Amino acid sequence: MTEPLRPVIVGAGPAGVRAAERLVAAGLRPVVIDEAARWGGQIYRQPPEGFRRPKSALYGFEAGKAGALHAAMAAILPDVDYRPRALVWNVEAGALDVLRDGRTGVVSYSHLILATGATDRVLPFPGWTTPGVFTLGGAQVALKFQGCTVGRRVAFLGTGPLLYLVAYQYAKAGAEVAAVLDTATTLDQARAAPGLLRDPTTFAKGLWYVGWLRAHGVPLRTGVRPVRVEGGERVAALVWRRGAREERTGCDAVAFGLGLRSETQLADLAGCRFRFEAMDRAWLPERDAAGRTSVPGVYVAGDGAGISGADAAELAGERAALALLEDAGLPADPARAAAIEARLAAVARFRQALARAFPFPVDWAEGIADDTPVCRCEEVTAGTLRAAVADGSAREMNRLKALTRVGMGRCQGRMCAAAAAELLAQALGTGPEAVGRLRSQPPVKPLPVAAGVSHDEAAE
Amino acid sequence: MIEHLDTDVAVVGGGIVGGSAALFLRRMRFGVVLLERDWCGAKASGVNFGGVRRQGRPLEQLPLAQRAHTLWGRLPELVGSDCEYLRSGHLKLARSEADLDSLIAYRDRAEGFGLGLEIIAGVAFRERWPALGERALGGSLCPEDGHANPRLVSPAFARAAAALGAVVREQTPVDAVDRDGARFVLRSGDRLEVRARYVLNVSGAWSGRLAAAFGEPVPLESGHPCMAVTEPLPGFLDVNIGVEGGGVYGRQVARGNVVVGGGRGFALDADRARPQRDAVVTLMADAAELFPQLRGAHVIRCWSGVEGYTPDRNPVIGPSATTTGLFHAFGFSGAGFQIGPAVGEALAELVRDGRSSAPLDAFRIDRFLKQKDRGGAAA
Repeated sequence: MTEPLRPVIVGAGPAGVRAAERLVAAGLRPVVIDEAARWGGQIYRQPPEGFRRPKSALYGFEAGKAGALHAAMAAILPDVDYRPRALVWNVEAGALDVLRDGRTGVVSYSHLILATGATDRVLPFPGWTTPGVFTLGGAQVALKFQGCTVGRRVAFLGTGPLLYLVAYQYAKAGAEVAAVLDTATTLDQARAAPGLLRDPTTFAKGLWYVGWLRAHGVPLRTGVRPVRVEGGERVAALVWRRGAREERTGCDAVAFGLGLRSETQLADLAGCRFRFEAMDRAWLPERDAAGRTSVPGVYVAGDGAGISGADAAELAGERAALALLEDAGLPADPARAAAIEARLAAVARFRQALARAFPFPVDWAEGIADDTPVCRCEEVTAGTLRAAVADGSAREMNRLKALTRVGMGRCQGRMCAAAAAELLAQALGTGPEAVGRLRSQPPVKPLPVAAGVSHDEAAE
Repeated sequence: MIEHLDTDVAVVGGGIVGGSAALFLRRMRFGVVLLERDWCGAKASGVNFGGVRRQGRPLEQLPLAQRAHTLWGRLPELVGSDCEYLRSGHLKLARSEADLDSLIAYRDRAEGFGLGLEIIAGVAFRERWPALGERALGGSLCPEDGHANPRLVSPAFARAAAALGAVVREQTPVDAVDRDGARFVLRSGDRLEVRARYVLNVSGAWSGRLAAAFGEPVPLESGHPCMAVTEPLPGFLDVNIGVEGGGVYGRQVARGNVVVGGGRGFALDADRARPQRDAVVTLMADAAELFPQLRGAHVIRCWSGVEGYTPDRNPVIGPSATTTGLFHAFGFSGAGFQIGPAVGEALAELVRDGRSSAPLDAFRIDRFLKQKDRGGAAA
């Protein structure tokens, strides 16, 4: 080997930290680039310096895991080239473009582990842009990071484990939980129960949140669909229905989300091949059990490679690092790799049961009224999207974008593309797998023009 | 089972030239089948900067550009929408006295073509465009040039042709074109066979293959622009801006986003391109110098496309030098958007009359044939 290895990890959440730890153990010095000011990712996000809430209050049952992950990164800091507050905005020809402190520079890599995490998946409904409507993840970040809630009386809407967890965390923090409204049915959850028992600890925690909320008098409803948010300057109520019957829940904030969606733009820019994954209902980078993508030397791990949660992310990060070592011809640990893969396979089976317990509401798209905004950045409504389909022009996501501007704004479709794909598929009478996916373009997040004026010339 | 279509004219390529040719041919009542490998207007026609500009073109393009100017003014009638077309004016900036001299020289040479160019410099320039950065000393304004949304314009022509009865097939690559007596036979895999009296080769950067198959190879190369768009900003720019000598250009759309371009992209493969990182960074610096309002703004997206360039930067437009019934229009070298509709109209005239009312001599394909081959071929 003539060139020294220069592994770069994007993301310092559970997957990124465990990948770094494994590479450091093998004697390498990885670059770890992360958008946040401190490591931990979204789930184990650390409060700003100076905030003094105990980990048990911040992370609940997961305090031990959060503490272990934080400590793991702290322990390897001397052996890692750690770059916090840095945005990777492009991948080109074996190097990353990185914005940090208002300047953009180039970081080359020999191997790249993308541990880019996920954001909430949201679908629009009337009134969803009213001030006071937050995503579930956003509501949780407000609590974890800043120690504040998004409202005094909050209604929780959507589906997935996060729905009950965040509602519980809000109640414990002193907010009033107006209701927890799950789009999944009791039947979905009952059918999934045998599969969920594959991971009895996690299942028990889920039951415990539900039991705690019920015991504290929080209305829990299943089989719900949102009707509208009421309120002008601020949320006043959430109107919802079960079947034909409408109910109104007074509240000053709504937290909603329909599971998570992977952040995949960097994998796309790196040239990775994608495939549609029915369980995630999304296009994801093709990967093997170790996290290798179709591009040699590029790996994906954690929720950015497909949603499987923080525990799986830690394992996947370590597994991707082992794959990197194997591929670089360095001593790896085949027994450990095999053990991780076995555990990841078990998580995948549990994850399938979760997807059955909290199924994506496939009928949502047909219920979105024409005047509902889908793309907030470019103010594109559901009706505009449907019109582009009706006149025969748009049968695919990139055409829909070109003709209507959906996904062309500041978020570049990160927030609206899932909804637009659902609407397009519904209007065409097909599924989201048949309408393609938006091509990623740099920058993956808005890039200050001023960064071009003061950029770092030389590649590192 | 293979589908057979029989028609007068087969149009290979659904960009702005193919779409408008199909439209004008239908208005002349020819049977038309348009075959597009991707989606109509999805390539360079639909992802270009969106400048609708006559100013700065070589003089031999100006008669076509003038005809196109008239057609752009009729967009709502032709395609049912204005496609965000604005006659905002196109202002070409001078950043030195030499640049200004060169703009004056162009104005003088272009006199008689009807562009109405005005040279504005010094205090008058500053007062009229106070928002422009200080490096510009003056400029040349073409008051009726402008800009439009290419993502809307180019698909609209093919759609309008279809509404008039053209058969438009997207996702339909043409794999082979052969002669069968007086007719052409075009095949798309084992799905479709089209027989036609005329073929229009209007496939942008991918047109070289068909030309070569009929014995007239053209040294066509792919080029890739670099463009970027900002988040919406308060309106400050009411003209489409270029710079003498090239390098950077910009316009602000009605929503407030500023679209800028300059520098090059790179090919991901034969079909796709992306801006080069160095070009993006340089473009941001150049754009901030040209438009100080951008200094606090963000770029939200960069993109590129694939354009066909000829060695002399003039397109190929006109009949094949080897094959009766075959017509070419490609190689616009990064400047096909504005004249596209007039080229489509000229192709329709060529099919109907055997000649076009616009002078096309400068764009003959045989100008690229080697001297020794030319004698017999250029009949």
